[in-house]
Amino acid sequence: MSSAWNWFVAIGTIASMLACFWLIVWTNRQRASDEEIAEAEGHVWDEDVRELNNPLPMWWLWLFVLTLVWGGLYFLLYPSLTVYDGALGWSQEEQYREQVAAAEERYGPLFARYGSTPVVELAANDEAMQTGASLYANYCSQCHGANALGAPGFPNLTDDVWNWGGTPEAIEHTLVNGRSGIMPALGAALGGDEGVAQMVEYVRGMADGQDTDSPAHARYMTLCIACHGPTGGGMAMLGAPALNDDVWLYGSSPEAVRKSLVEGRNGVMPAHLDLLGRDRIRILAAWVYRLSGRQDDDARAD
Amino acid sequence: MQSATVANESYNDTVVRQFTIMTIAWGVVGMFVGLYIAAQLIWPGLSFDLPYLTYSRLRPLHTNAVIFAFGGCALFATAYYVVQRTSHVRLAFGKLAAFTFWGWQAVIVLAAVTLPLGITQSKEYAELEWPIDLLIAVVWVAFAVVFLGTIARRRIRHIYVANWFYAAFIITVAVLHIFNNLAIPVTLWKSYPIYTGVVDAMMQWWYGHNAVGFFLTAGFLGMMYYFVPKQAGRPVYSYRLSVVHFWALIAIYMWAGPHHLHYTSLPDWAQSLGMVFSLILLAPSWGGMINGIMTLSGAWHKLRTDPILKFMIVALSFYGMSTFEGPMMSIKTVNALSHYTDWTIGHVHSGALGWVAMMTIGSLYCLIPRLFNKDAMYSTKLIDVHFWTSTIGVVLYAVSMWISGITQGLMWRAFNDDGTLTYSFIETVKFTYPYYGLRLLGGLVFFSGMLVMVWNVWKTVADVRPEPVAVPQPA
Repeated sequence: MSSAWNWFVAIGTIASMLACFWLIVWTNRQRASDEEIAEAEGHVWDEDVRELNNPLPMWWLWLFVLTLVWGGLYFLLYPSLTVYDGALGWSQEEQYREQVAAAEERYGPLFARYGSTPVVELAANDEAMQTGASLYANYCSQCHGANALGAPGFPNLTDDVWNWGGTPEAIEHTLVNGRSGIMPALGAALGGDEGVAQMVEYVRGMADGQDTDSPAHARYMTLCIACHGPTGGGMAMLGAPALNDDVWLYGSSPEAVRKSLVEGRNGVMPAHLDLLGRDRIRILAAWVYRLSGRQDDDARAD
Repeated sequence: MQSATVANESYNDTVVRQFTIMTIAWGVVGMFVGLYIAAQLIWPGLSFDLPYLTYSRLRPLHTNAVIFAFGGCALFATAYYVVQRTSHVRLAFGKLAAFTFWGWQAVIVLAAVTLPLGITQSKEYAELEWPIDLLIAVVWVAFAVVFLGTIARRRIRHIYVANWFYAAFIITVAVLHIFNNLAIPVTLWKSYPIYTGVVDAMMQWWYGHNAVGFFLTAGFLGMMYYFVPKQAGRPVYSYRLSVVHFWALIAIYMWAGPHHLHYTSLPDWAQSLGMVFSLILLAPSWGGMINGIMTLSGAWHKLRTDPILKFMIVALSFYGMSTFEGPMMSIKTVNALSHYTDWTIGHVHSGALGWVAMMTIGSLYCLIPRLFNKDAMYSTKLIDVHFWTSTIGVVLYAVSMWISGITQGLMWRAFNDDGTLTYSFIETVKFTYPYYGLRLLGGLVFFSGMLVMVWNVWKTVADVRPEPVAVPQPA
């Protein structure tokens, strides 16, 4: 802001408050003048509209004075008049820093303890998992759903299907760094409408085995095999979903599959390290691990 | 009392009648859109997957329709009526006055077309794109010329208090509108503001809050200062109170806008300024309420038989309540709870329905018989019915939004022992659901009263061929 504006605001602020004081004093000064009262009461507009000139109610006047005095004090104590930082040295950034530091001091040790516990062990800790549920509700449910069942484009977290791997390390990696799963647009490569239609049918039937007689089979073996594998098993390293199960990240309808093929897909899981830190991510990883039901299987295996 | 008249001069009531009738028409339209979007918050399917009917496009249509179409027409109508009556002179520049009517209707129709099409500047209460903004500016300057020109020709030396408020409202809104809408056009229906970042936000809320302060407060105080003493048959309580609160109000209101941007990237000093001046605003705002209510005192017995006065006293009460609630919500500590919640919506509506709409409705019931050569409205009983539907409607609306808003704020800031948030966002949405139902009910009740008004006004004016009213000599 230029200094002209600084002056304008600072002077305008003070002048407005002083003007209000002056108004109060000026109008109260007239209290005794019977002539002025009589004159004001002598005006008539539109046949019968008149004015009295009653004194200002004292309680109202004091309310006005009080707010003005209080305002002056506030301006002395807090940042005001564009350049003055206030006697208390308060600022919203500082208040925020203090509150974050206080929270860190209070909750940090608890989370640090969880953060140094292995995921599988943490997933069995009911107290930690209550925290995990709260974190999930606030940071994950917007995309993956309150019940974690997912939505088109956002994987279901309650099943044991893992596009990027389901080991504790893989889950934590997903949360820390995020993931970007790209399906390229293959409309042209598939040979136009007919080729796309054949591929749609082929892919939708893969859960029941590959139709090697389909003209799409040869194209699959050249165009799709690199990521989705020769039998459609998928590839966790690239986040390429398995095609030979009945789980569909973007929907199973012919329209949805056609869209995936023709336009491609770009699925993004954002990185959460800066937002949540390692300790909270460890808890969330454990919660997601537990959601899949794996923890029960592992417990049985033990 | 029949006083001598000014030779060969009658009041220009044609433009007043036009604006009066359109006030009611746009009131019904604007409030219906409000009901529709309130219903959408309960049943989102009501947008029928049509972009034109989405909440995001209809909400600005609702706010523009009720503020600028309903409220705007009411202000034009009463300003033109009051300035003639209290200046004892015919409205200046008759053709220009007619232009303001047709120009303002054109603005409203353009808004009703462009907003559902998604054409918007995305500035709250200033959504309309630059070609419409230009038309608004032209119409508004014409309004100022007609109004101030009439005052310049007045036959009575003292300018009546209502006219100060109308004049302040007209001049300030012109300044606010022009500066907030300075933009660089890119195409016919797309422009970008000349301001960037936090300066843009500050300009927007300097405008936004003064739209409340001058459009919805000063303008309607002008209405109050004429119609309350007129209907009560009592003199205004205190001339000097009106002087103090007028000057204090217009001086202080200008600086209150930053309270819309508490705890944002707006510098701390600006937030302090907005908060302090909002609190100082309490007394000047209440000055108008005191003057109105004390004017009615001595006529309390009339409240038993005159539902028009009931509208006015309840309007003044809601004005006092809202102008207390506003300064409280501008305190940073309170704002940290109330901001972004339904509490704000409740606050706006207790002002907009309780104060603005009820003062307008009361004034129109006082005005319409006078405009159409009748002694009274067709049915006083129906005015009473309208009064009760309005009052019950506002109370249901405000109470439901208070509960919903304050609980929302409390849920958003609730922490568990481990420092995590207690509630996910969707849980707060779930909580508000029944209160959205109550709000819709409140709106329905209020709206039903508007339909009663339409019937009552129709029965009053349908068979009338209005005759010109001669200008009386000032007393």
